[in-house]
Amino acid sequence: MDSSLVYAGIAVAVILVLVIAAVAVRRRGGSGRPVESGPAPAGVVAAADLTELLEPTESPSPTAPQMGLLEVEVPDPAAGRLHRLRARLARSNNAIGHGLFALLSRDSIDAATWDEIEETLLLADLGVGPTNEIIERLRTTLKVEGGSRSPDDVREALRAALLSLVDPNLDRELITLAAGRPAVLMIVGVNGTGKTTTTGKLARLLVAEGRSVVLGAADTFRAAAADQLQTWGDRVGATVVRGPESGDPAAVAFDAVSAGVRSGADTVVIDTAGRLHTKAGLMDELDKVKRVIEKQSAVDEVLLVLDATTGQNGLVQARVFAESVNVTGIVLTKLDGTARGGIVIAVQRELGVPVKLVGLGEGPDDLAPFDPVEFVDALVAN
Amino acid sequence: MFANLSDRLAGTFKGLRGKGRLSEADVDATVLDIRTALLEADVAVPVVRAFTAVVKERALAAAASGALNPAQQIVKIVHEELVTILGGEARPIRLAKQPPTVIVLAGLQGAGKTTLAGKLALQLKGQGHAPLLVAADLQRPNAVDQLRVMAERAGVAIFAPEPGNGVGDPVRVTRDARAFAVQKQHDVVIVDTAGRLAIDAELMQQLREVKAAAEPDETLFVVDAMIGQDAVRTAEEFMQAVGFDGIVLTKLDGDARGGAALSVKGVTGKPILFASVGEKLTDFEVFHPDRMASRILDMGDMLTLIEQAERAFDAEQTERMAKKVAKGEDFTLDEFLEQMQAVKKMGSLGKILGMLPGMGDMKAQLDQVDDKDLDRVAAIIQSMTPGERKDPKILNGSRRLRIAKGAGTTVTEVNGLIDRFAQAQKMMKQMGRGGGMPGMPGMGGMPGMGGGSKKSKGKSQGQGKSKKGRSGNPAKRADQEAGLPEAASASASAASGPGSMLGIGGPGPAEDLTTLELPDELKRLLG
Repeated sequence: MDSSLVYAGIAVAVILVLVIAAVAVRRRGGSGRPVESGPAPAGVVAAADLTELLEPTESPSPTAPQMGLLEVEVPDPAAGRLHRLRARLARSNNAIGHGLFALLSRDSIDAATWDEIEETLLLADLGVGPTNEIIERLRTTLKVEGGSRSPDDVREALRAALLSLVDPNLDRELITLAAGRPAVLMIVGVNGTGKTTTTGKLARLLVAEGRSVVLGAADTFRAAAADQLQTWGDRVGATVVRGPESGDPAAVAFDAVSAGVRSGADTVVIDTAGRLHTKAGLMDELDKVKRVIEKQSAVDEVLLVLDATTGQNGLVQARVFAESVNVTGIVLTKLDGTARGGIVIAVQRELGVPVKLVGLGEGPDDLAPFDPVEFVDALVAN
Repeated sequence: MFANLSDRLAGTFKGLRGKGRLSEADVDATVLDIRTALLEADVAVPVVRAFTAVVKERALAAAASGALNPAQQIVKIVHEELVTILGGEARPIRLAKQPPTVIVLAGLQGAGKTTLAGKLALQLKGQGHAPLLVAADLQRPNAVDQLRVMAERAGVAIFAPEPGNGVGDPVRVTRDARAFAVQKQHDVVIVDTAGRLAIDAELMQQLREVKAAAEPDETLFVVDAMIGQDAVRTAEEFMQAVGFDGIVLTKLDGDARGGAALSVKGVTGKPILFASVGEKLTDFEVFHPDRMASRILDMGDMLTLIEQAERAFDAEQTERMAKKVAKGEDFTLDEFLEQMQAVKKMGSLGKILGMLPGMGDMKAQLDQVDDKDLDRVAAIIQSMTPGERKDPKILNGSRRLRIAKGAGTTVTEVNGLIDRFAQAQKMMKQMGRGGGMPGMPGMGGMPGMGGGSKKSKGKSQGQGKSKKGRSGNPAKRADQEAGLPEAASASASAASGPGSMLGIGGPGPAEDLTTLELPDELKRLLG
């Protein structure tokens, strides 16, 4: 393509864009219409809504997996999991954050010490904004307490500062049961964060609790993604609904939900294709998948899968996904490495979407509920 | 959104205008801005520290020299330093003297190794090689199948003796692959390994063995452009445990600023060879250090804009449009709609506008731009008959009422659109006639926006003028219509300046380009 033509196109485009922008700005300013500040922030789903949908969780259906293949594995129950993973988390992130505490407990906290504290937080991918906020808060706390600063006080101050950012009071319950119909969960995220793996692990977790699960392989784009999910499904005896490669993901999702309704399943989990949030067309497609599902059943959870190694871009991702499909929770994967996943703090702070699950390893049972306190401890580990 | 570095620096320097000379404290403040910008781009903390030290030294020297516009000077220094670090010896794949050439791909899970294997194979095939893909990722469920599909799409051979899903020994597969390649006369072997964490000793040992078995000519470390602070540690540990010869950056088609590139390059010193920029097999290119530098600094990036436009706009349509403008013909609402749809494909309006350099002052306005407005405008146009679209002049009251009803809006909105469209049309005509650029006269308007502010980046004088023209825009509604043509004419008058950046084909621009310090790509594009 002749480069000059490209320029021509842009020239035209930009002019058009400016014209339209002018219209928009003018209308806003002029006609006194209430300024719409974009889509409302995808905040926390009102707790009332959740509880409405939440049946008392412990009602394991007797019609557990029965479409079973011969070698259906029985996954570990979820209960013991947390403990086992706790040990692993502590190991992978090294001992609980004594590093920072040691720094803070020195007799005098000089500029260099503050720098080190800042660096630790930055290294956890917390981002510049939240880091500065924490530092400020700590400075204030320590100043107020003045001379009577014992190591314990300092410890408390730091924990409090971090914990308040993670907010342990957020409702992190995952809705996996709904009255009179299967609960529908959608897994979304950018490429390579571990959506299919998370879907598989989540299915195991649910099966372990005695649910019947239907998986929808709505990733019709990536080569062999449906096979990958099928493998996961076969292992635990969950039905996998799939469509033709490069077929319509919305159709697959719809079929999966109707299969769930027909078979009276407890939960339907829809795996979607990875998509970069910058691809407007693909985001529209995701929106469509959700809309089409909603034709027959409400979507109870939209889980955004974020890779713990993701840096500041994670915030942008979360924002765009939240705008498009109203994310209700975050799954933080690959936390078993050295990455700390501090970006979720910024995400949670800005969007109010709680982290609900964490992926902690390659094993099929390494998906666990998120524990704010442990996460904070791991963040400040040195 | 955060303001980009140049805007922020401009803010820092605002208070210093009258000073004539910068003190060390002033420079410190600037360096702090640079540090924040880099951290926000996910450059690793240790790398930032080293980098800012260098920049500070040079900035002090620049301040002492009493440069006209220290902010721009410093941005330039930072940019240069970034390019220096990111650049180095970029090189193509080293081919073995004695085929087969073996390439091993390694990296974290989800970095994009399997996809990259397909892309690399396709490219090598295009260069006349006969690549062989080797499925040594036997860990992830159905990774082998995925690679098989990749091979099929790229039309290359695959060696996958093991089914995967935890079955089989990747070391043996790799060893056998070599023999297989020799036998079947494949001259390039690409080994796709399983993703692994650097702290997983067992898997790292396995990777070492795979590498030993492969005797690779190139080991490429595949890293996701979105990775944060962990990039350095991961890169270091891979470097130590296995060693690699080059880096490939993936998922650059997202909007991550990609500071990881700087971190990984800075820590390991290995060159970044390729960038992966999309989901199609052909979305694969040689790494451009200068573009990456602009991206890390989040400088309004014309090149990215151009690239995106290139993807979104259809060549024929653009050509037709350009011809019309050149001839001074009216363009119709249909074409307006077409262009608008193409613009929509490029992403959100606010982002596109933000990519134009020098739009920092308008950030607040930009944030208010609602993409739904595009849909509304589209609805209005789509409610018109073909005849009306071709000639909006025939729109009388009753037609307008019908359109408004059809589009679910008010007649006022319809009127607004038609007025605006008439103005745009007039503007296009003006550009078609004026501008004084042979060959591509239609381009006059564009430089006013892109070029004018490009100038403000490089040199200080242009800044006041062009910025004023635009920032007056949103503030006073009445100025709005006047604002655009003003920008256009400003550029027309400055046509021989950077404005002519778009005046391709004209004889004038040649000498300007050399003085402008445009990125290489742009020069190439223009030349």
